[in-house]
Amino acid sequence: MGYYLLKALLSEGHEVLAIEKDARVCKTITDELGGVCFRGDGCEAATLAEVGTGRADMFVAVTGDDEDNLVACQVAKHKHNVPRTIARIRNPRNAALFKKLGVDVTVNTTDLIIEAIEHEVPTHAVTQLLTLDEKGMVIVDVKISSESSTVGKMVKDLSLPKESKLALIIPNEGSVHVPVAHTTLQIGDQIIAITPSEYKEELTAALSG
Amino acid sequence: MNIVIMGCGRVGARLASLLDEDGHKITVLDNDTYSFRRLPPSFSGTALYGNGTDEESLKKAGIEEADVFVALTQGDNRNVMSCQIAKHIFKVPRVVCRVYDPLREEMYNALGLETISPTKVFAQLLREQIEGQE
Repeated sequence: MGYYLLKALLSEGHEVLAIEKDARVCKTITDELGGVCFRGDGCEAATLAEVGTGRADMFVAVTGDDEDNLVACQVAKHKHNVPRTIARIRNPRNAALFKKLGVDVTVNTTDLIIEAIEHEVPTHAVTQLLTLDEKGMVIVDVKISSESSTVGKMVKDLSLPKESKLALIIPNEGSVHVPVAHTTLQIGDQIIAITPSEYKEELTAALSG
Repeated sequence: MNIVIMGCGRVGARLASLLDEDGHKITVLDNDTYSFRRLPPSFSGTALYGNGTDEESLKKAGIEEADVFVALTQGDNRNVMSCQIAKHIFKVPRVVCRVYDPLREEMYNALGLETISPTKVFAQLLREQIEGQE
């Protein structure tokens, strides 16, 4: 994972350095991309000092172990004053914990993969597209199926939860449009909506229930 | 006291049995049940399979009623993470964390965790023993 991230960030012109424990992985990266990989343990304050973490604008921990990512980010933050730390997490429950412990951003790969797969299941009504952590909002994609009781209803007659807004309708056929009060919902519509994360289920029920 | 110990290695098992003898209520947590062989037959506490960096496992181990939480797995990071969960999420009154790496130990100590670095302690002990017998 770090390898692809490294490549992507390098191609955008950033100064990037990867820290990798495994000598073989490190050699592969160095052979292919040049001197952008340092062999060492990214959780060790000494390693982070050696590679000049204090100069970094951003520190990203993407190992497969949540505890390692947490500690690496905490060391970067508290020992080297890196302004922004990002941790990959596998256990979805760690998102709140990491935030509480000072990690600025968490990326929950488990949920992302589950969402992506569920999106392909025809009966699955809602997909979370984006989480706006700081605002506590999520952007979702809700599918209207033939079983939805809302088929044929107008937007103004839907009982949407508070603070929820419909942004776009992507119909099965025809062009994408912005919903207005008199727009009627059709089978196959995909509705892009924004809602406080706690109302996600309610919104889904209001749209496709 | 109600004491939860994470990690049933040599130190964890020994500490559990010592505290058990002293009459405390002990729960030992380990993610390998084979580790529980280290507990003596006389051990009257609870040995529980589970991962101490997982809130659910910690709840099952009775962390909500614990007076003391001690993290003694082989992984510094696991210890540090579970101790922070115990301290900040479950508000356990006393949390003790083993951290082998002296640098990480100092940092987490500065951040308010009660930490012990066996590396530092043991090196110091050896120094005293060697220099004391000159």
